[in-house]
Amino acid sequence: MTPPDELFQPAPKAPGPEERKEPPSVPPGDARPRTLAATERVAKYFPVEGGWFGRSGRFVRAVDGVSIRVRRGETMGLVGESGCGKSTLGRLMLRLLDPTFGRVIYDGQDLTTVSQRDLRPLRRRMQIIFQDPYSSLNPRMTVREIVGEAIRIHKLAKTRADEEARIAELLEKVGMRADAMDRYPHEFSGGQRQRIGIARALAVEPEFIVCDEPISALDVSIQAQIVNLLVELQETLGLSYLFVSHDLKVVEHVSNRVAVMYLGKIVEQAPADLLYAEPRHPYTRALLAAAPQPDPERKRVRLVLEGDVPSPIDPPSGCAFHPRCPRVVKGTCDKEVPRLEGTSPGAEHRVACWNPHTE
Amino acid sequence: MKAPSGRLHKVVSRAMPDEAPLLRVRDLVTSFRTDAGTLRAVDGVSFDVPRAGTVALVGESGCGKSVTALSILRLVASPPGRIESGAIELEGKDLLKMTEREVREVRGNAVSMIFQEPMTSLNPVYTVGWQIAEPVRLHQRKSRRDARARAVELLRLVGIPEPETSVDSYPHQLSGGQRQRVMIAMALACEPKLLLADEPTTALDVTIQAQILELLRELQKRLSMSILLITHDLGVVAENAEHVVVMYAGRVVESAPVRDLFAKPMHPYTRGLLESIPRPGKHRRLRTIEGMVPDLRRLPPGCRFADRCALRIERCNREEPPLEQTSPARRSACFRSAEVSP
Repeated sequence: MTPPDELFQPAPKAPGPEERKEPPSVPPGDARPRTLAATERVAKYFPVEGGWFGRSGRFVRAVDGVSIRVRRGETMGLVGESGCGKSTLGRLMLRLLDPTFGRVIYDGQDLTTVSQRDLRPLRRRMQIIFQDPYSSLNPRMTVREIVGEAIRIHKLAKTRADEEARIAELLEKVGMRADAMDRYPHEFSGGQRQRIGIARALAVEPEFIVCDEPISALDVSIQAQIVNLLVELQETLGLSYLFVSHDLKVVEHVSNRVAVMYLGKIVEQAPADLLYAEPRHPYTRALLAAAPQPDPERKRVRLVLEGDVPSPIDPPSGCAFHPRCPRVVKGTCDKEVPRLEGTSPGAEHRVACWNPHTE
Repeated sequence: MKAPSGRLHKVVSRAMPDEAPLLRVRDLVTSFRTDAGTLRAVDGVSFDVPRAGTVALVGESGCGKSVTALSILRLVASPPGRIESGAIELEGKDLLKMTEREVREVRGNAVSMIFQEPMTSLNPVYTVGWQIAEPVRLHQRKSRRDARARAVELLRLVGIPEPETSVDSYPHQLSGGQRQRVMIAMALACEPKLLLADEPTTALDVTIQAQILELLRELQKRLSMSILLITHDLGVVAENAEHVVVMYAGRVVESAPVRDLFAKPMHPYTRGLLESIPRPGKHRRLRTIEGMVPDLRRLPPGCRFADRCALRIERCNREEPPLEQTSPARRSACFRSAEVSP
């Protein structure tokens, strides 16, 4: 199987410094493929427990045929409500989960067919930062052990002194002092723990990091600190992020491009400024309208979506959003699944809807 | 409307006490005993909640906003907690001077509360109908059948589909948004004058959050109840409250009408909070409040925000700024409040 063409296209010319929406880290004349991590119609079905011998024969379709690409040096934002499959998709891209079908491609290599031995060096190049800095750090390990573990596993330091220097450098990079090294996670606040989690992820010098709700568990004033740190690290280290979050404002702030998920599928995807300025999918519109704005002068937009998100075990027929959609077309939306297509041929703005907004 | 003059007189005289706030909290101090000594989670907090109005209590985790709400209902677990001093007056009656029995009459009746996590606040082994009917049976001494009818009525009021059937379902059979609706129904069962809403939508998705907030606004109008909305989300504050009380490390640092607060914050902490929200079209680097909240067991002698504050002067390290009136409806606890929003 050959990967699709775009994976082998040379990188575009480096953008000017003022165009912050374009990934900054691609040097001019770089001939590497522009796409770093991608999925091809990937799906993950989890069996539903229950019934005879714990098997019900039914599945939760957490991710259902998603193709997504993360380019070198960019931040791809992934938004959606709980249960839409965004975290599962992030884990699939790192092959922390095996897909039910479809492919996961990293730097031109198919992770789903690569051998365990060949997978390990690739693993070093990708990392994840978790939502909850309380449960994602082992409480019985010191910061030195937490950050140093991967350095040892991947043999990145020659001597103990080397290792120590490396850990100190990593801590400094995330804005912590080296004397934090011999303390335990419980001695730190949520924001500091998240910094430790970031230092751990950076220990193996990755190029691609899945940030899975990295600031959702933090206080507002601390959120901004962590967002700034992630942006800074991206600029200095040339990292690529898949930024998974339910917070539309933060995603808009950090992302070059954004994909919106609903019940296991991407319903809309576009460059960040375009998606927020001209959302085409009724669900994207509803999400944006529902997010409360910190501006008491703004008139509240009354666009409240009715009902709950349906179960991903038995998703509605046709477009999964049709039972809640204000623009539903009877006979089409409830029968046929819309494909994610460009708003015009070749456009970067793509939407999966039979009756999208057009203005 | 034609009314006998005597009655008209009565209406006018009744309007006077109505001007007074429904709830007055004065100098509330609530402390907790810990292994490392006693700390004051709420340290001299004062604010009012007007009739049929919404006041937002804003601040980050550990600032004392939830403990304030629990203190109002005298639900602070004791030990380790203790309401040390202050007054909490509901329509002029001090809840802190009441007997436990009298307070129980108030809870779930004139004042009720909804919590962040609907799953842990509902009892999993009783039907939602039973749980909604409980306060009705307790406070209004209604029969089982009447209470059940009231539960159905309340479920309809909060927008649960097929209330006659849903009344017999258990919490786990409902979605997160529906559970929050059930909790609101429980809280509204006795038509409270004051609803304490502690992060009522934080655990919910944005589209469901919008539904619940819309529902609360609607119910507030219909029942003309007051809401004390506790939240860390400034977007929720902007869209739902008329007045905002900002807390930091156990103290009120600013109190202002919502528009004034967002347009012209008068405490550096409020300004920092507002600026750390990402806004479209702004710089890639967000403004932050450097450092973190002080340890309540080791508070600095001066202003609690001083070591994170860009406007700090020498005096801030020595003296704690009092919460002072800056205009009829505004108060700020900062020596340089006039310079915060130039």
